Amino acid sequence: MSVGFHELEEAPPPMTSRLEGELLEVSMGPQHPSTHGVFRMNVALEGEIVRKLKPVFGYLHRNHEKIGENTSYLGSMPYTDRLDYFCSMTNNWAYALSVEKLAGIEVPERAEYLRVILAELTRLQNHASLLGFLLSDMGAWGTPLMYAFREREKILDLFESLSGSRMMCDYMRFGGCRCDLPPGWMERARKLVDGFPRFLDEFEKLVVSNEILIARTQEVGKLSAELAINAGITGPMLRACGVNYDLRKVDGYGFYPRFKFRVPLGEHGDCYDRLMMRVLELRESVGILQQAMEQIPPGPIVNPKVKLRSFRPPVGEAYGRIEGPKGELGFYLISDGGSNPYRYRVRPPSFINLTILEDLCLGHTVADVMVILGSIDIVMGEVDR
Amino acid sequence: MSGQVDEGLRSELQKQGIWVTSTQELYNWGRRNSIWPLQFGLACCAIEMIATAASRYDLARFGGEVFRPSPRQADLMIVAGTVTKKMAPQIVRLYNQMPDPKYVISMGACAISGGPFKQGYNVLKGIDRYIPVDVYIPGCPPRPEALLHAFMELQRKIDGQKLTGESKAPFLDANQPSEFPVPAFGAHDLEPPLNSDVFHPPTIKR
Ligand code: SF4
Repeated sequence: MSVGFHELEEAPPPMTSRLEGELLEVSMGPQHPSTHGVFRMNVALEGEIVRKLKPVFGYLHRNHEKIGENTSYLGSMPYTDRLDYFCSMTNNWAYALSVEKLAGIEVPERAEYLRVILAELTRLQNHASLLGFLLSDMGAWGTPLMYAFREREKILDLFESLSGSRMMCDYMRFGGCRCDLPPGWMERARKLVDGFPRFLDEFEKLVVSNEILIARTQEVGKLSAELAINAGITGPMLRACGVNYDLRKVDGYGFYPRFKFRVPLGEHGDCYDRLMMRVLELRESVGILQQAMEQIPPGPIVNPKVKLRSFRPPVGEAYGRIEGPKGELGFYLISDGGSNPYRYRVRPPSFINLTILEDLCLGHTVADVMVILGSIDIVMGEVDR
Repeated sequence: MSGQVDEGLRSELQKQGIWVTSTQELYNWGRRNSIWPLQFGLACCAIEMIATAASRYDLARFGGEVFRPSPRQADLMIVAGTVTKKMAPQIVRLYNQMPDPKYVISMGACAISGGPFKQGYNVLKGIDRYIPVDVYIPGCPPRPEALLHAFMELQRKIDGQKLTGESKAPFLDANQPSEFPVPAFGAHDLEPPLNSDVFHPPTIKR
């Protein structure tokens, strides 16, 4: 009746030990619920632990740069909206800034203020949706995303009434902005900005001290300041490692030196710090917005000397960069005097931030890969271009 | 499963508290109100798709909020975004993996024709070259309302599908294909560049 010991010992080894020492290759993506678009990772697993990770790009390669070289300078402006489709305003600004550098165009004061306001609003909605996505990657499926999108919709309403489109604003022009604010816009924006800290308080109360969130993010995906600098990481990811580098302070473009704001810094460079960095930056952005809305002067919004039709900048090259919500967003343009740029190159922050994905993921479990990827904040339109 | 119920009789009976229906109506009513989309975004339009499913536009009102990450559980594929040539085989494969009856919404200019990126060397000029599309939504990106409208159009289409007879729905016809050949990477382009069984562009008469 009973099984003898020797029989038990001779039983085949359990299934799990058959892969002993061998790595199991898993292909995550390109259709995956939390790869934020069409991104694929070939992961080699030992049990649950990631031993190798190879990102596969190019599923959304839309020839942005090639098209940019074959269209006029102004014609590329709507394409920049579609780079990082969360932040069309900052993309517009970075592109306009590099063309303005190339052609030596001055921007009127009101336009600069408008740009700051719109860029910070973009930051609000980008970071808010990032928090939602990150939490849903962690398994808080749905609810935080709903909260985040509720705030995002309010900002998109402002963008829509200003530019005519919710996401693809195509609002900035070389030497200014396309049109002035519609009546009542500033009051609505002010109301939104004043109410935003309430959302943040609520959000922080809901998630930030949540035990599960802390367990999933603290000490996960640690990035050292040294590696971050060497790999060219920028944006909140770099500041989460404690490196004080914010182009708004360093370059001081677009009247940012006129505003009082602090640059929040992390300490550990783990996912929790990266997440908190977004929350803290949101609070600073609210401060910048309030100051900018206070100070914005009346006046023209576009430099009347710029001829947008048949726009031909002089021969030369320029690199314009801004602190986008995801990091340093730059456009490098070479002009041969024609109506198209000779070379058009984008420095996408999320692509460069993604390059260290393997370093962050090694030694963590598969489930953590999603959290780490979410905390990097990528948008495939910008990564693959 | 007989012919249509007489409308007058039906309303007469309804007043008595008797609900008369046909199998077809009941079947289509059930299918139309629980369409599960594939959770699958490609590019910018996918963000509008998420916005449609999120708090403000609330796709759940139409029974479409259950986004399934697995094609095996999905009824509807919303092709939301630019289809590149690298991605097209995967999309056809995902479509093939979906069980019948299955529907496709082609969301945005890119999925319809390549949209703003049509001149790109890596961009597929419309997903309808490889898989049949039920509803097209123009726009770049289409507003969430447009997606809701497409959803309602799809519901209308499902409602009109017949279960028997000559003009029965294609998924009930054993002779109709439910899977389509997956294109392969050729030397310069996808091989074949289009599936002529599926792709019927309108001829423009001038
Ligand atoms: S149609 Fe427009 S918004 Fe949609 S994926 Fe294409 S470029 Fe993006």
